[in-house]
Amino acid sequence: MSHVIHKFTRKVPQWQPRVTPVKLAEATDEQLEALQVTPSNTKVSDYVLTLAHDVESLSVRSPLFNAIMYDPGGMSRAERELGALGASMVNRCIFCAAVHADRHAQLEKDTRVTDELFDKGENADLSPRDRAIFDFARKSAEAPPAAGPEDMDALRKAGLTDAEILDLILSSALFGWANRLMHVLGDPVRRKDTS
Amino acid sequence: MKHFETTILARSGVISDSNVATAATARANIFEMSQAAEQAVLRPKDSGAFAHDLRAALAARVARLAEDGALAAYYLADAGDKAGLAEPGASDTDLDAVLTFVDRVANQTRDIVADDIKGLQAAGTSDADIVRLCELVAFLAYQTRVIAGLRLMQDTSA
Repeated sequence: MSHVIHKFTRKVPQWQPRVTPVKLAEATDEQLEALQVTPSNTKVSDYVLTLAHDVESLSVRSPLFNAIMYDPGGMSRAERELGALGASMVNRCIFCAAVHADRHAQLEKDTRVTDELFDKGENADLSPRDRAIFDFARKSAEAPPAAGPEDMDALRKAGLTDAEILDLILSSALFGWANRLMHVLGDPVRRKDTS
Repeated sequence: MKHFETTILARSGVISDSNVATAATARANIFEMSQAAEQAVLRPKDSGAFAHDLRAALAARVARLAEDGALAAYYLADAGDKAGLAEPGASDTDLDAVLTFVDRVANQTRDIVADDIKGLQAAGTSDADIVRLCELVAFLAYQTRVIAGLRLMQDTSA
């Protein structure tokens, strides 16, 4: 039995599926197209092979994910990662939290914010702007969603534009989706190829 | 479909000509892709073990768990004789494991463990259907939160 990770970390774990992923050799044409398998690209993760069981959803979700996280304009990429991280911490998706904390640290070239968040959770010492962003993402991710007018006021007082606020709503909500795939369908385990 | 006709924007009370509408128009592609995702999880060509009326009932149930009555009513219209399942707490002997799983993934996400998946498998749900079910609930988690956020944004807009 592999070691399942239960604590937040920036070191990205391996994802071990709880269901049997689609076998590449048995994939349909529609699945191969969604997986973007080509003769020069035959490496597909277990996560994507698992999602290929529902190929119609996978095909529409990948471009939507990329648009919400990477399209130009609006909120900075690092702040969208903070929105993703807030949701992932509420849902305790260790894998998603690791990936997006790591991206945040890389984009900011600074680990302070994510160190604080993993150490102190919602009591982390953050700048007013990061505090407003994280609190909105965190409360929006509660079930049922719990962000209120005071959280929106805090975002505006911290100087966020409507375009930035919309991107935050989208990135944190997107992880309400991603967490319910990653955290539900598999376990985060220690990578075999690293110490 | 125009972005203001998508389920999200049509149900979030965004007023045309408002600052919120301007921000939404700059992300029109995202609202259109979100609508395509709704189509894929609610009305897929290959619906597996979950026919479209059952999917609509489950979507309405998840919308109610997120306290979005208007969105629940929108889905309920397509639930046919499965509509009774949209009421959180409603049970059905054939679907007991599925309904328990849907409720837990929707509102107790952090508590999900490997045994939740094993329970569904033991009840005879195939792995492909487990993934389909997760996508349905997970999409609803996204859609309800975007709508809730936009309503909040519009209600507090100067």
